[in-house]
Amino acid sequence: MGVILRAENLTKTFKLSAKQQKIEKTNVKIRTAVKNLSFSVNEGEIFGLLGPNGAGKTTTLRMLATLIKPDSGDGTVDGASIVREPEKVRSRIGFLTSELKLEDFFTPNYLYDFFSELHGVPADVRNDRKKRLFSTFGIGEFAEVKVGELSTGMKQKASLAIALVHDPSVIIFDEPTNGLDVITAKVVTDFLEELKKEGKTVIVSTHIFSLAEKLCDRVGIIIQGEMAALGTLEQVQGGKSLEDSFFDIYSERMGGSV
Amino acid sequence: MKSTVFTIFKKELKRFFSDKRMAVTTILLPGLMIFVMYNFMGSAISNIANVDENQSVYISAVNIPESMEAVFSQWGIETDIISENDIQTAKDAVSAGGDISALVIFPENFEKSAAEYDVSEGGKAPNIEIYYNSADTASLTVYSMLTEIFDSYESSMANKFDINNSDTDYDLSSDRDITATVFSTLLPLLMLVFLYSGCMAVGIESIAGEKERGTIATLLVTPAKRSHIAVGKIGALAIIALLSGASSAIGTLSSLPKLMAGAAQEISGSFYTASDYILLALVILSTVLVLITIISIVSAFAKTVKEAQSYVLPVMIIVMLAGITGMFGEAKTEIFYYMIPIYNSVQSMVGIFSFNISYAHIAVTVGANIIAAGIGVFILTRLFGSERVMFSK
Ligand SMILES: Nc1ncnc2c1ncn2[C@@H]1O[C@H](COP(=O)(O)OP(=O)(O)OP(=O)(O)O)[C@@H](O)[C@H]1O
Ligand SMILES: [Mg+2]
Repeated sequence: MGVILRAENLTKTFKLSAKQQKIEKTNVKIRTAVKNLSFSVNEGEIFGLLGPNGAGKTTTLRMLATLIKPDSGDGTVDGASIVREPEKVRSRIGFLTSELKLEDFFTPNYLYDFFSELHGVPADVRNDRKKRLFSTFGIGEFAEVKVGELSTGMKQKASLAIALVHDPSVIIFDEPTNGLDVITAKVVTDFLEELKKEGKTVIVSTHIFSLAEKLCDRVGIIIQGEMAALGTLEQVQGGKSLEDSFFDIYSERMGGSV
Repeated sequence: MKSTVFTIFKKELKRFFSDKRMAVTTILLPGLMIFVMYNFMGSAISNIANVDENQSVYISAVNIPESMEAVFSQWGIETDIISENDIQTAKDAVSAGGDISALVIFPENFEKSAAEYDVSEGGKAPNIEIYYNSADTASLTVYSMLTEIFDSYESSMANKFDINNSDTDYDLSSDRDITATVFSTLLPLLMLVFLYSGCMAVGIESIAGEKERGTIATLLVTPAKRSHIAVGKIGALAIIALLSGASSAIGTLSSLPKLMAGAAQEISGSFYTASDYILLALVILSTVLVLITIISIVSAFAKTVKEAQSYVLPVMIIVMLAGITGMFGEAKTEIFYYMIPIYNSVQSMVGIFSFNISYAHIAVTVGANIIAAGIGVFILTRLFGSERVMFSK
């Protein structure tokens, strides 16, 4: 099993606008969201990026998905550089985050075909794949209903299917179960395990430790944009529950108790 | 992957036409509203011009000659002949603002004394007295009617010469000339306004709207080239904007006859040949491309549709200024002016509508506009690739 995705010293800062400074009551003009972050993900595993709110998980995933560029550092996905070959990277990953929305005016069926075309998927392959994905997520029932009229769960399912139109080898999934009820959340996590069985690589970010314990082969814990712990689930747990181990790491980092 | 452009293009059109409210408000409504508005304006104008002839007005008169009474009744003025003893009663009636709108007192034997009067002898001319009530609209109207009647009566008595007093048509301008004048002063700026508002409606929605709703990000994580996304969007938006502009233009042209109802000459679009229309179409098409790229670029900087709307307003003022300055006088002859996008469009349209077509000018105009649109697409592509612009918080 080789390394399929690698992050090397990724650093990302954001300039805070005057408005943002006011909202967050700070005079700092520049926020370092991610700092010298390195990790690698092996082919066929589920990797979890863990961390509290604002740790920099989403920012890291957005950089890997080429939606934003790192200030410094680089990353590779399946051999393609996220800085120099963003288009190649985009054709190899399926990226899912709440920031990516589907247009309200279209049906899941239309959007599936539309994104298939953008990915250059041949029509026959597209139809087979659509049948499979739509039945997995039970999209058939609402395939012809406009996205604007769908529930949160239905939208999430449609987004998932549409993120996978090109059968990517790497799936990057930000907060996969956010806003979903337990049943839909289970459909999604079962599907991620299914993907792993098919040999796909999955990267998820989450602040739900139980989810990571259930799903992930290896995890990285990010605190304030820096990698605080990295390894197999067992290594990072260190004989405790992931949550307890996280509190230890956190208080050590922050110099005090939680 | 040219197919990416086409995929985006199709999606944009479908997005637009599957949204009935939007399709109706941008394509059907502008033309319809202009048609209704102009027709309403047209009838309002002719209403003001025509005196309401059905309604009779009443006056009292003393010593009125029979011929005068006949003239009055032609104008719808009913005369109540009274004696000199009743003058005060009549004055009171006029002052009270009742049915009697005016009191006219002629000198005795008015016609005879007026005919005999000679200005050169210097005596006092016979005087007609009109008592009226300026606080009463009806009375005021009658007063001005009466003065008008008497003025023309007076000038007909002393008729030494006439001006254009025969059925000959003295205005030597042809219908074609009038059409050229009316169209070339009216239409270029109007077309610009129509096209701009069409572009505004769809451009803001498609760029700032997609940004606001987070759907453009979904597009940007696909391998689709940013330049293809930009071209596909611009192409589709230009077509919709053209339809919107065409709707407004049809609304205007079909109301012109009503608006120009008073004019003696027939103005008509039929004076222009097919090749004139083809040139016009080329100019308009290239103009729409420029306008839609400008609006798309401006919209890309906005975070919300509202914000975009406030950004495009100042741009609209600049565009309209270019339109207005291009409107005055004849089309410029220096080729330089045809290299300035938008301004050149107005100049070219003035040229076409006034039958002063210069192929060189139109070629330069279309070329300059296409180059400007190309630069615009390049800028838009860069903006789509800029995270600061696309993902600013
Ligand atoms: N566009 C931006 N402009 C300014 N600051 C930003 C921007 N995006 C993220 N940040 C900041 O960067 C930091 C990391 O944010 P990020 O969204 O990556 O955290 P996260 O780990 O995903 O948190 P959560 O669990 O809340 O989703 C936060 O402090 C956030 O405020
Ligand atoms: Mg996040």
